[in-house]
Formats: sequence, structure tokens, C-alpha cells
Amino acid sequence: MSENRAHPGNGSDTGGDVMLIAVILVVGALWSLFTAARATDPLMAAHAVMFLVATVLGGFALVSHLSSGYVADRNAYEMGVVKAGVFASVFWGIAGFLVGVIIAAQLAFPSLLYFPDLAWTNFGRLRPLHTSAVIFAFGGNVLIATSFYVVQRTSRARLWGGLTPWFVFWGYNLFIVIAATGYLMGITQSKEYAEPEWYADIWLTIVWVAYLLVFLGTLLKRKEPHIYVANWFFLAFIVTVAMLHIVNNLAVPVSLTGSKSYSLFAGVQDALTQWWYGHNAVGFFLTAGFLGIMYYFIPKKAERPVYSYRLSIVHFWSLIFLYIWAGPHHLHYTALPEWAQTLGMTFSIMLWMPSWGGMINGLMTLSGAWDKLRTDPVLRMMVVSVAFYGMSTFEGPLMSIRSVNSLSHYTDWTIGHVHSGALGWVGYISFGALYCLVPWLWKRKALYSRALVEWHFWISTLGILLYITSMWVSGIMQGLMWRAYNEFGFLEFSFVETVEAMHPYYIIRMLGGLLFLIGSFVMAYNLWRTAKGDIREKEYARDAALAAAPAE
Amino acid sequence: MYETLASFAQTWGLVLFVVAFALVLIYALNPRNQSKFDAAKRIPLEDGPVESEDDTDVR
Repeated sequence: MSENRAHPGNGSDTGGDVMLIAVILVVGALWSLFTAARATDPLMAAHAVMFLVATVLGGFALVSHLSSGYVADRNAYEMGVVKAGVFASVFWGIAGFLVGVIIAAQLAFPSLLYFPDLAWTNFGRLRPLHTSAVIFAFGGNVLIATSFYVVQRTSRARLWGGLTPWFVFWGYNLFIVIAATGYLMGITQSKEYAEPEWYADIWLTIVWVAYLLVFLGTLLKRKEPHIYVANWFFLAFIVTVAMLHIVNNLAVPVSLTGSKSYSLFAGVQDALTQWWYGHNAVGFFLTAGFLGIMYYFIPKKAERPVYSYRLSIVHFWSLIFLYIWAGPHHLHYTALPEWAQTLGMTFSIMLWMPSWGGMINGLMTLSGAWDKLRTDPVLRMMVVSVAFYGMSTFEGPLMSIRSVNSLSHYTDWTIGHVHSGALGWVGYISFGALYCLVPWLWKRKALYSRALVEWHFWISTLGILLYITSMWVSGIMQGLMWRAYNEFGFLEFSFVETVEAMHPYYIIRMLGGLLFLIGSFVMAYNLWRTAKGDIREKEYARDAALAAAPAE
Repeated sequence: MYETLASFAQTWGLVLFVVAFALVLIYALNPRNQSKFDAAKRIPLEDGPVESEDDTDVR
């Protein structure tokens, strides 16, 4: 490729990236053409056509890039793909939060928002759209963008693989589009957080291996002798998600030209595999990856090194060794052997230690600089995020205890717990990283407006509090109503009575989600103006005047 | 198969984890690694520009 012609002696990228991408695009185009023509069901045909369009567009992009004669500066960082990741993160974040508000409204007002003639608007189809959009589309794009940024900066090396990082970005987002449209059309393999069917899973595997290669390749050519701890967390996230994804999605397609497949596992083995996957999606996707963000962006923003590097090492190894065993706590009181349930519960409780160790490490990084919480709303957002991390990792082990789980399982308490982690921890650390990245990437002195960050912070914090408190009340009430017996030994309440009792809390939850969504619009506007190079003079002029005032 | 796996997890699995954790602690707390860690923790604060005017300067 053009880069190599410019630097023939520089042998780390050999032009293999273009060859490989071209082969993938051609094979992908042929496969989708064949499948579109021979599809056994219309859903498969629709996806094959979408895939065909994507490969053709990819081919055009590749050819136009090569013929443009663009020569990348191999001594500079590859930040274009990080910028693209920032765009995608904000877009998918808003989309995912919006669908969340819609399905919360459907739960609060089921009779108003039920359209039997429009199957794709059904809660059952929109719910996986919401979970996948926020976890994999928003969270995944944040992780790809931040990991590409951090690994380059802390290794002092350009991303490995020439165009491969771009393949990872576009390939991953194609997977998201295939998954999202599949849910709306009714394609699912009925595994929570792993709903996409076999062909989408194979595509994601190809993309993910490329992601791993880019990350490892960059680490291998690093100029910094030590691999910074954030990269360990990102690497654990990439490697483990690859393993989880492949094992949990082992399946046999009914037809090679049809969308339906059946899992290789059955019964309780299938359930255990699913929750080994599901809980580690939480542990490695939503925790390890975002801890990588914490270990880079909080020290960077606070301008202080991490509180204890030793603690970060113990944090890392104990977290990854313990998390992988915690999954069986999703299967209390099932056919899963009791010792396995106990093992899952025990490891969940032990997770308190590394989780709180990590929280302390993140929070104490600010020791001696606590005043920055008052003046820097972005840093405050990230610190509150770590506080939510501590809260939800306290609540999680509590709920994994079998007797507590007998009350909490299948109730809204679980939903509240998940959202204190997802909105508070994952959401806020991501927003913090985005607020850092946009001025850095677009080379702006400051954000367009700090006041708007304050607005975002307070609006969405109120939203999170409304969300989790209403779900606590609703969930515990629901659990207590389910287990209430009258003096004759009969159940006190029918199921529909519990649903009726939860109605007010469902409305509060919807309002909480709406506030969180509004906050994300405020962020998108602020980031957009920042990238454009605008600055809200009024705010900064006042700050300058304050700074110039003599101390008393 | 099931009995074998279960008993392995409850005996050697435990030993493996205790040993692994001990090794992590030895590595992390070994005073000889202190200077290495002190340098490592400053990496994010000192990841200055590389030799190009494009895409380099961050603060």
C-alpha cells in the first residue's frame, strides 16, 4: 500500500492489511450474493443484501483510499479512527438511551403503546435492541475508541496494522447494524446479550480477532518498556470477550442459507454456558474494559499518578481470576448442581475485595487534589462514576447470596442494580472519557462550555437516582408480594396485582431514563461545538477575571 | 466425569488459586519492583508528543 512505498525499509506493516481486507470484502460479497439468492427465509435474504451493500461500500472506500495517494505519517499516532469512535459512541449512546425510554414507557403504559400490527415495535423486539445498543454499540465503540487512544499514547507507538483499525471500527459497527435490524425483524437465538444469529457471530469473531491483533501488535512495537496497567485491563477485556463469544455461540445452523441455528448445548449445560458468558460480559466488557478507561483518564485529568500501582496489579489479577467463576449465581434454585451455585456465590462475594480495591485506587488518585471536584465537572463525573462502581459492586455480591437472591431474582431490583452499574459506572466514565477526548483529539484548548457539563451532570444524576430508587422500591415490593402467603397457606396476591402495584414506580423509572437521555443530548451539543472549535466566551472570560483577582 | 471435575475444582483448583494469588502478591509487593512501578505510574502523565506535528500534542 501507499504507506509502504513511502517507507520501504520500515517493515512492521507489510501491506498485508490491504490484502486481508480485500479478501474479506470479496469473500463477504460472494457469500452474501449467494445467500441472498438462495435464502431459505426472507430475513436471511434481507441480512444478506445488507451485508452485500456493506461489502460493496467497503470496497469503494478501500479503492478510493488507495487511489487517493494518501501517505500516513508513520511517526504520528492514528487518531482518525479514535475520532470516528467518538462519533459512533455519541450516536449509539443517544439511540440506545432513546430506545430505553421508549420501552420504559411501554412498561408504564402498555395499553397506549402496544401496536399489534407493527410487530417490530413490540417490547420483546425493542428490549434486546436497547440492551445491545447501550452495551455493545455505545459501550463497545467507547471501548474501541479509548483502547486505541490509550494503547498508542502509553506505548508511544502508532496503531499496528495500517488500515486494520479501520476495518475493526467499520466491521464492528456493521455487526451492530446487523444485530439491531435482526432484533427488529425478529431474528434471535434467545440468549440474553448474545441474541445475534450464527452468521453475525462469525462476522464478529473475524472483527474481534483483528481487534486483538491490532492491540497486541501495538503493544509489541511499543517504545515504553512497561505495559501500563490500563492496557492490561483492555487486553483482558479483548481476550476474554473473544473466548466467551466463541464458546457461548457454538451452534449448528439449520441451513447454511437460513438465519436459524440451534445451540450445541442443551438444558442446564446451556444455561450455565449462557450465564458464564452473560456474567462475564458484565465482568470483562462492562468492568475490565471501563477500568482501563479509569486507570488512564482519571490520572490524566487529575494530573496525578494513580494512587497505588501495586494495588492496581493486585486489583487486575484478582479481578480477572475471580470474575470468571461468578456466573452460576444467575442460576440459584435451578437444576444446576448446588455446589456450582455455591461456588458462583462464593466467588461473587470474594469479588468485593478487588472491586473495592479498584474503587479505592481510583478515588484516592485524587488525594491532595480534591478541590478539582469543585472546579472540574468532567473529573467529578468520573469520580462519581467510580463511586457508582463501588456501590453496584457492593450490591451485586449481596444479591448473589442465595437467600437474598430468592427475594431479588426476577424482580425489578435486578434491573435497578444493572442500571446503577450501567448508567452510573459505565455511562459516567464513558461521558468523562468523551469530554476529555474531544478537546484532545480536535486540539481545542477547552470544552465549549463547562456550564453545560454541569447541566449534564446534574440532570443525569437526578435521572439515575430516580431510576435506581424506584426500582429498589418496586423490586423489593414485587419480591415480597410474590412470597406473601395468607393464613390458609395460599398466595396472597395474584401476579397482575403485583404489576398494578408497580405502575407508579414504572412511571418514575421512565422519567429517570428521560432525564438521562436529555443529559446525553446536552453532551452531544457541547461536544459538537467543542469539535467545531467554538468556545463560550462569557464563561471563560469570567473565569479569567476570577483567576486574575488577588488572593485575600 | 462430573465427580472428577467437581473434586478437582474443590481441591487442586483451590491450591492453584492460592498459589497464583501468592505469586501476584510477591510480584506486586517485592521492594525490588518499586522503582519500576514508580516509573510506570507516571506513564499517562508523561506520554508527550511523538515526532510529528500531526495528531500528537495533548496538553
